[in-house]
Amino acid sequence: MVIDTRINLCGVEMDNPVIPASGTFDYGREFTEWYDIRCLGSFSIKGTTAEPRFGNPTPRIAECASGMLNAVGLQNPGVDVVVAEELPNIAKIYGKPVIANIGGFSVEEYVTCSEKLAACDNVGILEINISCPNVHGGGMGFGTQASSAAEVTRAVRKVTDKPIFIKLTPNVTDICEIAKAVEAEGADGISMINTLLGMRIDKRRKKPIIANVTGGYSGPAVFPVALAAVYRVYKAVNIPIMGMGGVSSAEDVIEMMMAGAAAVQVGAANLINPCACRDIINDLPRVMEKYGIEKLSDITGGAHV
Amino acid sequence: MNQTILTVIDNVPAARDVFKMRLSGDTSAITRPGQFVNVLIDGLYLRRPISVCDWDEDTLTLVYKVVGEGTEKMAAMTPGTKLDILMGLGNGFDVEKAGDNPVLIGGGVGIPPIYGLAKRLIAAGKTVTVAMGFASAADVLLKDELEALGCTVKIATVDGTAGEKGFVTGLLNGEYSYSYACGPIPMLKAVFDTLTCGGEYSFEERMGCGFGACMGCSCKTKYGNKRICKDGPVLVKEEIIW
Ligand SMILES: Cc1cc2nc3c(=O)[nH]c(=O)nc-3n(C[C@H](O)[C@H](O)[C@H](O)COP(=O)(O)OP(=O)(O)OC[C@H]3O[C@@H](n4cnc5c(N)ncnc54)[C@H](O)[C@@H]3O)c2cc1C
Ligand SMILES: Cc1cc2nc3c(=O)[nH]c(=O)nc-3n(C[C@H](O)[C@H](O)[C@H](O)COP(=O)(O)O)c2cc1C
Ligand code: FES
Repeated sequence: MVIDTRINLCGVEMDNPVIPASGTFDYGREFTEWYDIRCLGSFSIKGTTAEPRFGNPTPRIAECASGMLNAVGLQNPGVDVVVAEELPNIAKIYGKPVIANIGGFSVEEYVTCSEKLAACDNVGILEINISCPNVHGGGMGFGTQASSAAEVTRAVRKVTDKPIFIKLTPNVTDICEIAKAVEAEGADGISMINTLLGMRIDKRRKKPIIANVTGGYSGPAVFPVALAAVYRVYKAVNIPIMGMGGVSSAEDVIEMMMAGAAAVQVGAANLINPCACRDIINDLPRVMEKYGIEKLSDITGGAHV
Repeated sequence: MNQTILTVIDNVPAARDVFKMRLSGDTSAITRPGQFVNVLIDGLYLRRPISVCDWDEDTLTLVYKVVGEGTEKMAAMTPGTKLDILMGLGNGFDVEKAGDNPVLIGGGVGIPPIYGLAKRLIAAGKTVTVAMGFASAADVLLKDELEALGCTVKIATVDGTAGEKGFVTGLLNGEYSYSYACGPIPMLKAVFDTLTCGGEYSFEERMGCGFGACMGCSCKTKYGNKRICKDGPVLVKEEIIW
């Protein structure tokens, strides 16, 4: 059986659909110490904002059943440093186009960052994060209402021809409504899901573990939630979806694609097993054969009834 | 850094609620005392960071206190258990900076990495003083082992049941060439304020990855933002912001 794992995402060719998710892969540098990251389909860089950000106070991390909470709060060196230093370094260590993840607190901030990042040769796709649960005032605000999600999409669409994926939060009443709203404003695709709002309490101290009180829940526990969300949005829109949430194995990749994902992102799993994405990619041919899949891109949405 | 499977050789009580676990396997990724490993535990999601207490070519020693679910599971592990471990994480202590008579300060389970450091300083011919603080006599840890290395060991307990009554800072009355400290933050701060010589301080933070990828463990220093897991856990005195 000849196995074909290649995909084409809005004109960006990828060797496979396996993509480390934003915030769990830094700028790739740390992972070069563990494996040759050129095997990746692509990767999504740490959420970038207009100004440098330290992020939230620590503790930022907590253990949960089959997963973790994080409240990093978009720590990043700011778009100018990302453009001047990180992306050129990525070009050296990775070579292929990456996904520029953008966070923001205002429409202008999304626009500024999008313009600067879209101008970089090795940015293949812009991923607009309107859904981070860890920052006050902005972030998730934009992602929780169809009107503001549409407004951000419209504004970013005006400044770039590169593919725009809007990253959606699952912490809403109807994710399909938001997906349709951003599709109508010219989004090329949807990234989903961001983390679920969660918290843990230190029972000895009688205080929340996370300094920010709440954080974003991710990891294997959220996989069924993500799968259902991707399945529903696939039905609702006609643009490709990068599916994520708890994906940790080649089996999960296949399942996520059958639900409707054209490509799959892997987040928390990278933190537990630094070689997670490499292992998934190496295992894909075996699992494809197991299910009689020759061309991986054919299975997107295959489970729809 | 590497990811290795190690096998538990033995796992025995070392003080109240504290266990000493020896493991066999490839330890080549460990380059300095004060580095740590990140241990995957069956049934738990995040790895647990534990300092390298000591190591040789094919043995790793960890000394850990039972404080929660993960360390409880570790305490129940029997010889032969295999553990998935990320090895050689963090910067560790710089042995080169020690001078002739360094002082090593440890509080509670901050002492394990101090042991590995003391061993290497003694091997380099240094006169090593170790000052350790505990809550009570039942918590005293690695005292005989440190004395056997040839260190001068001083002890303080809060309740006075072993050594001097009081805090570890009460033991720091000599002149030292350099200092190395690991323990709870209030202890580190008190040591920082007491000693005039230069030094290195090892910090803890809750970690997502332990190898620099997630920004879960960031702190601010005078030299910019750092990750405790990758740029630390050891910070030099000059850069620390309390
Ligand atoms: C660099 C470093 C070196 C360490 N070395 C040692 C050592 O040599 N011996 C020792 O006994 N302990 C050490 N610790 C502390 C040890 O990591 C925690 O006690 C342990 O993770 C607790 O796990 P648990 O599941 O038993 O507790 P739980 O409270 O159930 O753990 C829940 C979560 O919180 C995290 N957590 C809880 N306490 C701490 C803490 N103090 N620091 C960091 N994360 C924590 C756990 O890793 C886990 O993710 C070290 C910590 C760090 C960061
Ligand atoms: C430590 C951490 C940091 C994250 N930072 C970002 C970020 O900066 N921007 C973003 O869009 N998503 C961020 N995310 C969300 C992930 O990209 C992903 O959507 C989510 O974790 C679900 O996938 P998972 O279950 O595989 O982790 C972060 C997740 C984690 C665990
Ligand atoms: S714990 Fe992930 S960067 Fe330090």
